[in-house]
Amino acid sequence: MGGTTAIKADDVLLDLKDIHMYFGKVAALSGVSLQVRKGDIHSVIGPNGAGKTVMMNIINGLYRPQKGEIRFKGQLINNIRPYQRASLGMARTFQKVEVFGGMTVLDNIRLGRHIHFKSGILSGAIYAGRVAREEIEHRRFIEEEIIDLLEIEHIRHKPVGMLPYGLQKRVELGRALALEPELLILDEPLAGLNLEETEDMARFVIDVNEDKRWKVTCLLVEHDMGVVMDLSHQVFVLNFGNMIMNGTPQEVQNNPQVIKAYLGEEDMYATRR
Amino acid sequence: MDLLLMTLTTGIMVGGIYALVALGWVLIYKCSGVLNLAMGEMTLIGAYVSLSFYSMGVPFLLSLLFSLIIGFILGILTERIFLDRLIGEPVLTVIMVTVGLSFFFKGTVEFIWGTDTRVFAPPVFSIEPVRLGPLIIGEVYLWSFVAAIILLVVFVCFFKYTRWGLAMQATADDEMAALSVGVSARFVYAAAWAIAFMAAGVGGTLLGNINGLNISVGYLGLLVLPVVVLGGLNSVPGAILGGLIIGVLQNFCGAYLDRYFPGGVKEVAPFAFMAVFLLFKPYGIWGWERIERV
Repeated sequence: MGGTTAIKADDVLLDLKDIHMYFGKVAALSGVSLQVRKGDIHSVIGPNGAGKTVMMNIINGLYRPQKGEIRFKGQLINNIRPYQRASLGMARTFQKVEVFGGMTVLDNIRLGRHIHFKSGILSGAIYAGRVAREEIEHRRFIEEEIIDLLEIEHIRHKPVGMLPYGLQKRVELGRALALEPELLILDEPLAGLNLEETEDMARFVIDVNEDKRWKVTCLLVEHDMGVVMDLSHQVFVLNFGNMIMNGTPQEVQNNPQVIKAYLGEEDMYATRR
Repeated sequence: MDLLLMTLTTGIMVGGIYALVALGWVLIYKCSGVLNLAMGEMTLIGAYVSLSFYSMGVPFLLSLLFSLIIGFILGILTERIFLDRLIGEPVLTVIMVTVGLSFFFKGTVEFIWGTDTRVFAPPVFSIEPVRLGPLIIGEVYLWSFVAAIILLVVFVCFFKYTRWGLAMQATADDEMAALSVGVSARFVYAAAWAIAFMAAGVGGTLLGNINGLNISVGYLGLLVLPVVVLGGLNSVPGAILGGLIIGVLQNFCGAYLDRYFPGGVKEVAPFAFMAVFLLFKPYGIWGWERIERV
């Protein structure tokens, strides 16, 4: 299959090798391999039911594949639990927003920060010296870096459950960023957003990926072809649990197999532009 | 008038203990959605453990502490051995397992400690009542109430202000999202059971000090059900308020209705009240408007 150029071993952040995943006798993924290069925005596209979300859940650790290897930063992580993967530097957002609806925006984001707290319950109770400094540092990070970036100052103290969908998606992204991840998995970040919100969200993803402060590698699952083709460095096409191709947006758009399986008629792509 | 005031105070004091046990129950429900029907037996075990230590001559506070520690261990074991493998199974299955657990616990208690009523001897609290202005309160009630209030505050602070507490809240709210930010759901479930066991143990010990200890204290522990249904299953403030209401209600029934319907009004009243209350407020006082029905 065209387009896949070998990446230097040092540059590979995430490496999936021959992943098989079955639910009963239904094969959700049959032998999928994917390499994500550090610093890229790598998109995964495919029709509904192709196995994209299953793939994300496998990377994130919610599912365990029956066969295959998952390596993150060179380390084999098949047997590492989802919450431990978070501390390894992996964060994600969900297709259907999963936020802590009863908590405020700030609390949601702070919760993403908790793995970076070093001090224990006792020193926290005394609250002096290192602990106080640590807290101030975390607060500054949350306030200045995340809230400013995502432009959500005005809703900091609102309970997330009360916010409109578009803002909830933003909060979810903020919470994922609070982990300061190296790999950010975005499962359909644009689904259900209006045009303006889509543009904002796409801008945030670019910021997070390109800004020197962040430099986060993104794995993006998305249906909005216009955005995918504009944003991505690499695109991975999945259909019925099999890879169709992996390559640059240009290559993908010109591949007849992809056009047949997914992009379909000319006008579908044109309308989303 | 005196009787009214006395009944009210005693009711509130006992209600404090119910609130404490109910808090433990709510914690489990909030985190994992498990309706725990073994709570009564959990109070029983905690009570017998501290009684055993006390009978061996260990000071009361220390025996209470030991029962907390053992409760903690038993809670984690219960979760790990019985409930961990049920994550993701239908709610009804899990509920039936807690029914099984309640029989198992009760059997174990009868096997180890027998069925005779045992008392804390020498009595921990003096029989001399305490006078607070116009009120005359048994010392047991007063200290039980104080202990329950202190522990309630500790638990609520733990839940609200510590990182672990926040992790528990997060898991209760959205398990998938909690996993994605590095919270271990298994740890949270185990912690919830441990805390519930500890709360039940303290509640049981205090109840055992009031009337002596036998299997029927387990039924008192089962009063958490009307308490939490009243409060709304998943609400911590609801559990506290519900506990107080049930405590007062029970004592009023004992004081005023017992002479017309002798024998057992006190035990039945909370459940009867719960049934009537549900007709008008099916989600309890502060419950989510979405409740698993059994």
